[in-house]
Amino acid sequence: MPPIIILQIEHLTKIYLNAGKSLTVLEDVNFAINAGETVAITGPSGSGKTTLLGLCAGLDSASSGSVTLNGIALNFLSEDERAAVRNNHIGFIFQNFQLIPTLTALENVMVPMELRGQKNVTRYAMDLLDKVGLADRSHHYPLQLSGGEQQRVSLARAFSNRPAILFADEPTGNLDAETSEKVEKLMFNLNSDAGTTLVIVTHDTELALRTNRVIKLKGGKVIADQTNAK
Amino acid sequence: MQSKNTSTAYKKVGYAWLLKMAWRDARKNRSRLFLFVSSIVLGIAALVAVYSFKDNMERDIDDQAKTLTGADLMVESRKPFSANIAQVLSRLGDETATERSFASMINFLKNEQSRLVQVKALEGNFPYYGALETTPLNAAGRFKSVERGALVDRTVMLQYNAKAGDSIKIGSLSFVICGSLDKAPGQSGISSTVAPVVYIPLKYLEQTGLTKIGSRIQYKYYFKYKNSSQLKQDLKKLQPMFDKEGLDIETVASKKERIGKSFQDVSKFLALSGFIALLLGCIGVGSSIQVYIKEKLTTIATLRCLGLRVKEAFLIYLIQITGLGIIGSVIGALTGILIQFFLLVIFKDFIPVELSMQPSWWAIGQGVLLGVFISILFTLPALLAVRNISPLNAIRQSLERIKRSADYLLYATYCLILIFVLGFSRLQMNNWVEAAIFCSSILFACFILYAISKLLMFLVRKLVSRFSSYLYRQGFSNLYRPNNQTLMLTVSIGLSTTLICTLFLIQGILVQRVQLSSSKSQANMILFDIQSGQKDAVSALAKSYRLPVIAQVPVITVRIDKINGRSAIGKGHDNRAFQGELRVTFQDTLTSAEKIVKGTWSGRKEKDGKIFVSLEDGYARRINAKIGDAIIFNVQGLPISTIVGSLREVSWTRMQTNFRVVFPTGVLEDAPQFHVLMTKVPSNTVSAKFQGAVIREFPNVSVIDLGLVIKVVEDLLSKISFVIQFMASFSMATGWVVLISAVLTSKSQRLKEIVLLRTLGASKKQIMIITIVEYTFLGVFAAGTGVLLSLSASWALSAFVFDAAFAVPFIPVLSIFLSVCLIIVLTGVLSSSKTLNTPPIQILNA
Repeated sequence: MPPIIILQIEHLTKIYLNAGKSLTVLEDVNFAINAGETVAITGPSGSGKTTLLGLCAGLDSASSGSVTLNGIALNFLSEDERAAVRNNHIGFIFQNFQLIPTLTALENVMVPMELRGQKNVTRYAMDLLDKVGLADRSHHYPLQLSGGEQQRVSLARAFSNRPAILFADEPTGNLDAETSEKVEKLMFNLNSDAGTTLVIVTHDTELALRTNRVIKLKGGKVIADQTNAK
Repeated sequence: MQSKNTSTAYKKVGYAWLLKMAWRDARKNRSRLFLFVSSIVLGIAALVAVYSFKDNMERDIDDQAKTLTGADLMVESRKPFSANIAQVLSRLGDETATERSFASMINFLKNEQSRLVQVKALEGNFPYYGALETTPLNAAGRFKSVERGALVDRTVMLQYNAKAGDSIKIGSLSFVICGSLDKAPGQSGISSTVAPVVYIPLKYLEQTGLTKIGSRIQYKYYFKYKNSSQLKQDLKKLQPMFDKEGLDIETVASKKERIGKSFQDVSKFLALSGFIALLLGCIGVGSSIQVYIKEKLTTIATLRCLGLRVKEAFLIYLIQITGLGIIGSVIGALTGILIQFFLLVIFKDFIPVELSMQPSWWAIGQGVLLGVFISILFTLPALLAVRNISPLNAIRQSLERIKRSADYLLYATYCLILIFVLGFSRLQMNNWVEAAIFCSSILFACFILYAISKLLMFLVRKLVSRFSSYLYRQGFSNLYRPNNQTLMLTVSIGLSTTLICTLFLIQGILVQRVQLSSSKSQANMILFDIQSGQKDAVSALAKSYRLPVIAQVPVITVRIDKINGRSAIGKGHDNRAFQGELRVTFQDTLTSAEKIVKGTWSGRKEKDGKIFVSLEDGYARRINAKIGDAIIFNVQGLPISTIVGSLREVSWTRMQTNFRVVFPTGVLEDAPQFHVLMTKVPSNTVSAKFQGAVIREFPNVSVIDLGLVIKVVEDLLSKISFVIQFMASFSMATGWVVLISAVLTSKSQRLKEIVLLRTLGASKKQIMIITIVEYTFLGVFAAGTGVLLSLSASWALSAFVFDAAFAVPFIPVLSIFLSVCLIIVLTGVLSSSKTLNTPPIQILNA
């Protein structure tokens, strides 16, 4: 069976206009990611990694080119339709965890499912928290959790809507080495169990090497796209 | 691989989830939202209190309207009715009663004490509605049937230790007291204290000897109509004749209107305080939610990343605001009802109706709806900004908001706010022009404050590098750096200061207006109804008791016939000038309470025969008379042509005779007149002896012992002052809450910066200096502009709305300015202190 392409990027360009001047952040980027693949996007600061992630995940719209996610061309969608795509197909892990401070750990995990209108999600959310080892902290607010714990809740939330693709933006960027190791391990295990495609934006070479493939960016262009030897 | 939903169709989340999410999001922000709720509570409480009080009073007046007049129609004249009029009146109504009333001294024969009362000689079954409430109950009927019976006001009976069966002497006739008069139609507690009533049967009036020439008797007819349409027909037919004959009429409707008018100033001020409290609440609501939404930026962006739609994000916060609006409004309405009860207790003494102590559901409903409405309306600009939060903010915080080329929804919201303020102002003001002026003033104030904040930022940016101290540079640069709240704070602090200071100044004007001067050299006894022939003898009598004659002035009763050739009959004119009689005087020099503000005053009739009169400036404004206008006065039948020669400012609070119209000498000397003599008695004993002598020698002369009246009136006025001050302070409290909330919400923007500075080694003292510099500068600019705007607004309000002179009370104004600055700096410093005492890492990790 031929591999299914989950994310197709074609001639993607993003230009920002600021005070009458244009700034090209991404220029003619092309690649495709197969379902179940784990991919790292690396590059120096200002190379356009985060912008690329934003465009791939439907958080922003491109100046030109196309993004097709799970067979859906994001370019032609309205903002609300893109929100639906995010809810139905995408999971997110952020560098700053981005847990909603007014919700408990459990509620944070439940939100994506609740947004889909799913009922009786508490049990599944508890299972996920259990998988990340935080079942006993389910009623704690983010402020009451350490950085590593917050990122583990974030992982549970990312997998809660059973996404087709998971985007992680510097998932260990705010964590110490030991915690980073634990979180990385957990992320890859959960990903493997769920069979999700994983796209990680990172500076961390070691983390990048744990993926199947590394796409390197520089000056807004793809300068390398290589498969990691396992 | 799991099954995938490949559609982009969005499954709408239900309202139940949105409600749940709104609750979840709000529960950890209670202290922040408390300020929002407080603004609503105070604003709505003030408004519900005033509205409920007014609503109750109006309903009580409506319910008791007929018992206020006691009849369907009352016709009154200060001179005996002509035969023609008497004939017309005899055909009116289904039942008629007649009354003659006048002020007179009565003498309690038991203890030889005297008191000025309002004698009412009655014939017929008045009152037709309500009753003369007496003790014993049958005294109301008995005083008419027994030989020379009288009803005496209860307070007077108590004061002079009189009992039923005792005798009083009125003029030269003695009467037996049948009972005490507890309540009569239209009589309030205060009116019975100042002018207590004694009822006697009309048939004995002539025998008292008090109806001779010179007596100032009011002639009244009361009519009962079984058919109200007949009354309307009669009024329509006879009104021109009544006007022509100078008769005053009172119906249930006109009485209601008159009672309403007599509380106009106080209720106008109460409404203004309520409105200002509400406006301040609106500012508080708007500013607190603006910053609240700013702080929610990442939460909203994250939710949007997780698939929340723009509309749903907006709805979560709309639900939150609506819920808080409901909570705030309900608490506000309940607080308002409590305040209303308090207002009722204060006002019950001087409102001639039984005030009911019940909440007005209409006012509560109105308050709650209004509270929810303004919560939503004034937070909409901030809520609409939720639509502009991009999900990208979750991964890149510095990202700017989505820019819309033209946000019509936002423009529509601003228009709605403007329409609301205009419409609501209209409800408090007399007409659309006043409402438009008020709204334009608010807009103008906002514009000035906006301009000032821009100027402030410009100046600071230009001048900040000149400071050698880093701390000053940091403090000042906080005013223009990204995330600064200079614009929002300048507008909200400035506008709050403007409203607080305006309210303070206006309440000062009103309180001053109702305060009596009590200078030691001022008179405390007035003798009036002195005939021209008695003038010198009364003066000599006073001097024989070693009493000073402080003033002795002639009083002439006149009416205005025409102003610039226009009479009252002309349609489309303001007929106020022609209604009722005027008491005028003539004099050659002005008194110390008078000051010419326009024109000239000669004090004598001109050689060419022209008569230049002087009008009190407020009165001139009310009747639209200007310098040079020709006025024809009707001096008891004789027309006298005059020209307005000058306008005077009169200090009405001085306890002395003051007049709206003053004639020069050489005109009215021969007109029918009486005289007023003012003196000062040193003690109650001398007062009693002198009053006794006056009543013995000049039974027609009435004496008012102002000592008692001043005390009663001062008690009353201090109550009014208290209400005014209470309501004003209530609104001011709202202003303070808004100020504190504005500073606190803005301060949260600075907290992380403070922590970073602390992490970099800044001491507490250094952080404090930075904070103090920033907030002092902001406070001085915003409060200073607010105070200047307020002085302009107070001048305009006092001149055009309250009709009062305006002088800047420098010390209180300076105190307000300094208090605002102090509160801003203190709130800023105190809100930082918690951060300073928390380890930086705790906040950095948050």
